[in-house]
Amino acid sequence: MGLHIILFGRLADIAGSSVIVNAVADTDSLISALHKTYPALAESKYVIAVDKRVITSNTLLSENSVVALLPPFSGG
Amino acid sequence: MSETNLYERYHRQTILPGFGAEGQQKLLRAKVFVVGAGGLGCPVLQYLTAAGVGTIGIADDDLVALNNLHRQVLYSVNDIGLSKAERAADILRQLNPEITITPHNNRITTQNALALFEHFDIIIDGTDNFAARYMINDACVLLKKSLVYGAISQFEGQVSVFKNQDDDDVNYRDIFPDPPKDGEVPNCAEAGVLGVLPGIVGTMMASETIKIITGIGASLTNQLLTFNALTNQVHQFSISAGRETHSQVPKTSSEFLNIDYDWLCSSSGKDEEIDAETFIRLIEKGNVDVIDVREPHELPTANEFPNIRIPLGQLTNNTNGIEADSVITFCQTGSRSLRAVKILKSIFGESKKIYSLRGGILEWKRRIKHYERKKT
Repeated sequence: MGLHIILFGRLADIAGSSVIVNAVADTDSLISALHKTYPALAESKYVIAVDKRVITSNTLLSENSVVALLPPFSGG
Repeated sequence: MSETNLYERYHRQTILPGFGAEGQQKLLRAKVFVVGAGGLGCPVLQYLTAAGVGTIGIADDDLVALNNLHRQVLYSVNDIGLSKAERAADILRQLNPEITITPHNNRITTQNALALFEHFDIIIDGTDNFAARYMINDACVLLKKSLVYGAISQFEGQVSVFKNQDDDDVNYRDIFPDPPKDGEVPNCAEAGVLGVLPGIVGTMMASETIKIITGIGASLTNQLLTFNALTNQVHQFSISAGRETHSQVPKTSSEFLNIDYDWLCSSSGKDEEIDAETFIRLIEKGNVDVIDVREPHELPTANEFPNIRIPLGQLTNNTNGIEADSVITFCQTGSRSLRAVKILKSIFGESKKIYSLRGGILEWKRRIKHYERKKT
């Protein structure tokens, strides 16, 4: 089983709208792994949500966690 | 309007369970200020006007352009080149003459935001840039005004409600603490947008506004909703108020006045302004029309380069002679020519490159002396 990542907006253009990655312990290690696989992600601005909750600091992940990467939109 | 007509007009919503005549009274007493009468603003304004929100303010300094019409559904081809705020107000008054609608044909800045917002209960953010979004957010936190937020990109949208009543209430900075820099996140003009998307997202914003006013249902307070028009997927994320983000919001109005939000997001739109040297380079390259938008009597005359004089007030109806692919406008100090750029962009869209000479003819005359000296 891997971790389920959902990507929004332009981030989906970089990595696809839904990816499964190997399980890691926490969001910090997840993000560094993602940035290694998709360097363009490191250049993008986004916030992270774990299990439908926006997080602001490193968060432990469980085997069934769903992680979302949400970029800000400016358009109106 | 008579009691009977009022009853008739709002009948289908007042018979709803939990809404009633009381809900309608709350709407009629409510004061809502909509910033941006564009893609999101149009549906928000239409539905709030139709629903009978008693007082509506509209702020937009933009003019209607042909490339707006695929999503800004209040306007028609006859409105091209006219003020969005004023056209929206006129059109909405025909939909519902019983409410008060006030257009503000100005950009919302730190200078006018607090004074304008103060008179309203709910502010709606339908703007198209981060500088405005962070500024509106901070103004609403400072004034403890509820803010209904919506934003779009390509096929996706976001909606949220920031109550701003106490410290546990989430604001925009709790979702996105760091303002993006210029070019980091593409806007609609660069990335494109599906015309119906702001229709859907703006209608959600109107729905949230009506729910907050009437107190029915569960609003998106402390929640971020995302919608994808391609997949029909809707997600909802909960957000917590962070102590650090609250410390980023200015605490007093003088602190607020001192923040340069354009710099914070470096999105001042300065790319349409050119300096004297770029001006000379563009003229030497050719295929450029230079337009003096000053009044006929204004001095000094500009005889160093070919130009046509079309005073700003007559520009909208006198664009037939503009044929080159690039257009440079100038005036005395560079402020009227920025307005001219807006007017010309609303007429020509992306088909021409349109610039304003920074500092106007006065600055140019000063620079050219320096430039000539450098050349010899």
